[in-house]
Amino acid sequence: MDFVVLKEYLPLFAKAMILTLKIGWMGIAFAILIGLFSAMIKHLGVPFLRYVVSVYIELFRNTPLLVQLFFLYFGLPKIGIDIDAEFCGVLGLALLGGAYMAEAFRSGFEAIEPIQMESALSLGMNHFQAMGHVILPQAVSISTPAFVANIIFLLKETSVFSAISLMDLMFTAKDLIGSYYKTTESLALLVIFYLVILLPVSIVGSIVERRVRYASFGD
Amino acid sequence: MQVLGIDVLFKGINMQRFLEGLWVSMRISLISVLISIFLGLLVGALMTRRNPVIKIFTRIYLEIVRIMPQMVLLFLVFFGSTRVLGINIDAEISAIIVFSFWGTAEMADLVRSALISIPKHQYESAAALGLTERDTYVHIVIPQTIRRLIPTSINLITRMIKTTSLVMLIGVVEVLKVGQQIIEANRDTSPNAAFGVYLTVFILYFMACWPISMFAKYLERKWN
Repeated sequence: MDFVVLKEYLPLFAKAMILTLKIGWMGIAFAILIGLFSAMIKHLGVPFLRYVVSVYIELFRNTPLLVQLFFLYFGLPKIGIDIDAEFCGVLGLALLGGAYMAEAFRSGFEAIEPIQMESALSLGMNHFQAMGHVILPQAVSISTPAFVANIIFLLKETSVFSAISLMDLMFTAKDLIGSYYKTTESLALLVIFYLVILLPVSIVGSIVERRVRYASFGD
Repeated sequence: MQVLGIDVLFKGINMQRFLEGLWVSMRISLISVLISIFLGLLVGALMTRRNPVIKIFTRIYLEIVRIMPQMVLLFLVFFGSTRVLGINIDAEISAIIVFSFWGTAEMADLVRSALISIPKHQYESAAALGLTERDTYVHIVIPQTIRRLIPTSINLITRMIKTTSLVMLIGVVEVLKVGQQIIEANRDTSPNAAFGVYLTVFILYFMACWPISMFAKYLERKWN
């Protein structure tokens, strides 16, 4: 391992990490929105829309992100829809993540039995109070483990973005291996930078998971 | 068809090449799935032991797999093995090593959580009824564990199939790469091929994974 090389490559990887983080967190933010929206539609049983949402969820849960990105980035321009790589990355991650998040939220909603709502209403709460004090806290605590797992999964999925020529961590590593044969150094930095991105998320995730476990009861 | 560029797939030997690529993808996922299920059952059973050394090692193993993207692991094995160990591992073998390493951890975690989800009173009731330890496992614990395990492990299989698409990035010529080659070779005759070919790959993956995950969902509903 050559530490001079390591120091030289550090800024390149740092720059790449910023891109990975930018696309990653933007994609995840949209994924949460899409997921929440889709879960609500399915939970409330909105006519027609719920079938659209179901098809969307099944389509994106059962195909790999890489194939989705290839289709969005290389396929769509052929029918006149041109999108740039960064937007494509965010879009792909948001669509994939939305489908996973929707399932996580839906399982949270579904786990709450109707008797909870009925009891809350019979105690004199109005609909909003019942939702805010009874249903949502339970739904959130039930879907938290899946939610955290999804965030980690989506951050890991950002590693395929190099395929649509985004200069992310994988791209930088492959580039340096290919151009200068600095394999060991590049791989070491690659691992370190992914640890820097994912280790905090993983640790915070398990703390949050442990805390919300107290919120669930009845089993 | 012409406009969408799907017709390219039916020209010459393109279809045959495409199917060969599909077979490479299937082969990698099938082998990795089989290895992962087998090793996962062993490691998962091991993880329920109270031995602290085993606990620490399996914990570290799970954390590595949980945090590192499969892409990074592929790079480490494919590029790293040559440089650090001085051996040249074929891209397809590297992929199988990585996916088995990853799949075993995921499978082991599923096995572990299925095993510990059997409440203690099941063991106690079995003992109270006079069952031996072997009978307790054969008739009480294992049947219940399998019921909890099968739906989740079927989901793992679909995830492993989807992850196979990554191998093109370390140079395995599988279905996505063949698609790319076909598109590039027919750039002049059918400029729109990218749409049709990638759409076909998209649908193929969907057709492979959707029935499997539907089956898992069905089993989950039936057994709960």
